[in-house]
Amino acid sequence: MEYMILLYSDESARPDFAPGTPEFESMMSDWMTFNQELIDSGNFVTGGSLAPSSSATMLHKSFDGSTSTVDGPYAETKEQIGGYYLVRANDLDHALEIAKRIPIPAGSFEVRPIDFRPDA
Amino acid sequence: MATEPDVDDALTQLARNDAGRVVAIVARRFGDLDLAEDAVQDALVEAGERWPTTGVPDNQAAWLHQVARRKAIDRLRRADAAVRRERRARDGRDGDGEAADPMPLLTDRGLDPGDERLRLILLCCHPALDPDTQVALTLRLVGGLTTDEIAAAFLVPTSTLAQRISRAKRKIRDAAIPLSLPDRLEERLGVVLDTLYLIFNEGYLSRGANAPATRVDLCAEAIRLTDVVVGLSDRRPEACGLLALMGFVHARRDARVVDGSLVLLDQQDRTRWHVDEVHRANSLLHEAMTARRPGPFQLQAIIAAHHANAREPDDTDWGRINALYEQLAQMRPSPVVEVNRAVAVTMVNGPTAGLQVLDEIDGLDQYHLFHATRSELLRRAGRVEEAEAARMTAHALATNPAERRLLARRPVR
Repeated sequence: MEYMILLYSDESARPDFAPGTPEFESMMSDWMTFNQELIDSGNFVTGGSLAPSSSATMLHKSFDGSTSTVDGPYAETKEQIGGYYLVRANDLDHALEIAKRIPIPAGSFEVRPIDFRPDA
Repeated sequence: MATEPDVDDALTQLARNDAGRVVAIVARRFGDLDLAEDAVQDALVEAGERWPTTGVPDNQAAWLHQVARRKAIDRLRRADAAVRRERRARDGRDGDGEAADPMPLLTDRGLDPGDERLRLILLCCHPALDPDTQVALTLRLVGGLTTDEIAAAFLVPTSTLAQRISRAKRKIRDAAIPLSLPDRLEERLGVVLDTLYLIFNEGYLSRGANAPATRVDLCAEAIRLTDVVVGLSDRRPEACGLLALMGFVHARRDARVVDGSLVLLDQQDRTRWHVDEVHRANSLLHEAMTARRPGPFQLQAIIAAHHANAREPDDTDWGRINALYEQLAQMRPSPVVEVNRAVAVTMVNGPTAGLQVLDEIDGLDQYHLFHATRSELLRRAGRVEEAEAARMTAHALATNPAERRLLARRPVR
């Protein structure tokens, strides 16, 4: 099974450490360790972090084929998507275990099975 | 030849006691919960058709397993082979087990009942399913109740409940929620116990004059299933605590509703309490407490024990109960616990102190017992008009007929 794990967190509360500071190095090392473990165990398919939601653009498409483009995410929510992982896992419990180990200090993870992927 | 009622009795017992674990075994074998449940249903139908002429077999559980397994294979053969292959490929499951795997040894006590049934209970109470669904699935798959029985017990239309169950089974399949024993069993058992307590409370609060007579007794079902979980969980203290709590409360059932109206604890005829059940609950609680791993259900059971073991209302040690509610509020803070604590505070320090506790509660405006309690405390404080207003609010919000009847009258004490 493959699962998409979407990482939601409050952007205003995300750590904002300057590169080179010990806090930044420690945070990066947590992420590197986690990613490497995921790759080594064969559970990693892909993943990445997103630029802040202020850089997002929403494109809406209607049934009649018309489109409109607006600034920002469509809903004002406290937590925004900040990154994602696509993982291979035995079952939901396994995927949830992986999600629990993701080193973000606070946030929510949406864990959803992949139904179909043309390149898989 | 067996008579019809004999067969009906045997079938009901079989569904309640053994269907759950047979579903669990077949589901694990074929990796498909839906298939397992359908197969067990097929087998029960076949029993209903055949047993009146063949007689009821000695080992009904083994019969059920054998036939359900055959029914599952029949169903798989009937299903489109291509679809099966596709699903197997997608799930990465080995679906060929039925041909290669030898039949497991199945004797009366031979099949490891504990493990499979525990897996199934944990699956039904998986935190990825919502609490209503956990309740419905547990009663359906573990408790062996029919969808009709569960729907009637929860006073919801059968179609609603059937939808809830099929949605849950779809999620179990699509998200691949496993039939497995988690590493952190303690955490997951907590959800199981919460679910069982929800079932018990539904039975406890909905028992009323308007409930149909044929309605399944959810309190008794919850006790039966909790008893199973106590056994499966190595008699963990919180499981024993919950079973004791249910025992203390259930022992009062005959004194609790008189002429269709709820009777409050201090007004109940205590000679009608089931003393033997109180004794059993006492020893369960004692067993739980010896382990010295306290938890919220044990605390609630201790509180219930104080009530259950008091011969007269005046014998109740409210000082101790108040202290226990304070502990419970720390361990598992909840506005409902605060309502109960307000009563204990009133008994120790008077209604004004109790009302202060109530005044600090947020978010229970729609909870009838909040207003009913407030009404009683206001009455004790001599604030009669406010008490009446609160009673009427409580009456308007209450849905259970026995509670409504109690709240419909101005108290005469």
